[in-house]
Amino acid sequence: MIWLDTIVQGILLGGLYALFAAGLSLVFGIMRLVNLAHGDLIVMGAYLILTIVSVLGINPFLAALIAMPIMFALGWLLQRVVLNRVLGPDILPPLLVTFGLSIVLQNALLEGFSADSQRIGAGLLETASWNLGPVTVGIMPVLTFASAILVIVGLNQLFYRTSLGRAFRATSDDPVTASLMGIKPAGVFAMATGIAMIVVTIAALYLGMRANFDPTIGPARLIYAFEAVIIGGLGSLWGTLAGGIIIGVAQTLGAAVSPEWQILAGHVAFLVVLLIKPRGLFPRAYD
Amino acid sequence: MNLLTLTNVSKSFGALTVTDDVSFGVPQGQALGIIGPNGAGKSTLFNLITGNLRADRGQIDFAGRDVTQVSPMRRCTLGMGRSFQIPQPFANLTVFENLVVAATHGQSRSESEVTDQCAAILDQTELMPRANDTAGSLSLLQRKRLELARAMATGPRLLLLDEIAGGLTEGECQALVQTIRSIHASGVTIIWIEHVLHALTSVVEQLLVLDFGKVIGLGEPEAIMASREVREIYLGIEV
Repeated sequence: MIWLDTIVQGILLGGLYALFAAGLSLVFGIMRLVNLAHGDLIVMGAYLILTIVSVLGINPFLAALIAMPIMFALGWLLQRVVLNRVLGPDILPPLLVTFGLSIVLQNALLEGFSADSQRIGAGLLETASWNLGPVTVGIMPVLTFASAILVIVGLNQLFYRTSLGRAFRATSDDPVTASLMGIKPAGVFAMATGIAMIVVTIAALYLGMRANFDPTIGPARLIYAFEAVIIGGLGSLWGTLAGGIIIGVAQTLGAAVSPEWQILAGHVAFLVVLLIKPRGLFPRAYD
Repeated sequence: MNLLTLTNVSKSFGALTVTDDVSFGVPQGQALGIIGPNGAGKSTLFNLITGNLRADRGQIDFAGRDVTQVSPMRRCTLGMGRSFQIPQPFANLTVFENLVVAATHGQSRSESEVTDQCAAILDQTELMPRANDTAGSLSLLQRKRLELARAMATGPRLLLLDEIAGGLTEGECQALVQTIRSIHASGVTIIWIEHVLHALTSVVEQLLVLDFGKVIGLGEPEAIMASREVREIYLGIEV
């Protein structure tokens, strides 16, 4: 029964990776922008929540609610002021700019918060668990997984049920034609990054409550997020969840064999999927 | 009164002048055909009109205002609708969504306001049976119809058609011409680039001939097709 437990823990861990990845998937899906600072933005979100918690002395979930509009505004501005200027047929400029942003963010966080590792205190939630007979699950991983599903359901509703979502998808298919229909790609992109930053805030909340974080851990989170997005198929949000779960399960299975296998097993699973389905599990119908 | 007026418009790519001092006007309600050999600068002229390219010199007036420096999306909301030579549908959206996106943004209206109008356009362009299929799954004729429908959904006063009949069978071409006629009959001004001459001349009232970026003829289709210069240059016939 140890295997069942391992797999369940892996699936729940996948929820966290899917949260890391959902914002990346959203931005890449709409504007083909590979945001190398995504992991650092999650870490920045975690520090923002931590600051709100310690200044106002409130519950971290409430603090995340306060952080969301701030992060949305930051994302909107980032896209408007910086990223829209470098988007174009050449993919190198946005890569360089977000790489630079990643370094700037890490150093700014070091300057502001020092290199000490921090944690967002969640009280009893941190250790609470449910005993389901053969399997015992922590409340926190279950909450994380449920949040990932809610985020993905929410984003799918936004994409397929709203005017803004149709504009997102049209711009994603062809920004030049979209602009001829009267859609302003610059505005659509700014909204998309703003919404991605709300997802980043949710990811940051769970990152900060589940483990210690310091200013330098962003890039490692970025890699898991990338792998989840690519396994799932670029632009598919449910695929991103599937990708997160595959990495999560591979990691816990690897760790069950031997602790030093945990990280490697996740990367190997990623390579195996790439080998079998190079376009990911759920690629877009038309590219 | 002219809906669209080009005055001494020129555009060069390096040493190559692709639009050379072009001037013409299109009166409200007219259908103008543009012909010319490959590389004559027809599509460039369209790009200048829609704003995808900026003119080096000259002025473009649309609906009573100077739009020479106006962005493509603004020109779209002012009333220019365009279909592309190679259909460029939003492949991952349904046919209906393609129209809804064009209508809401092209006319700055909400989705509920444009639903009926989009349904009417789907009827007019005979796409209703495919309304809920993704645009990427359409046949060539249906993609051409979608180009037309989507351009119509932006609520255009001027409809720019770029070789919309190219690559169709004769029967398909006739069917499409009927649709374009009905759109023209409803009062939309049309500029149409086309190599399929009989399709073009069965709709347009005026024909403009381009060669090496210059206007070498403008007039009624019969007169133009009969002129010696046009036959030599465009049809390659020694007279």
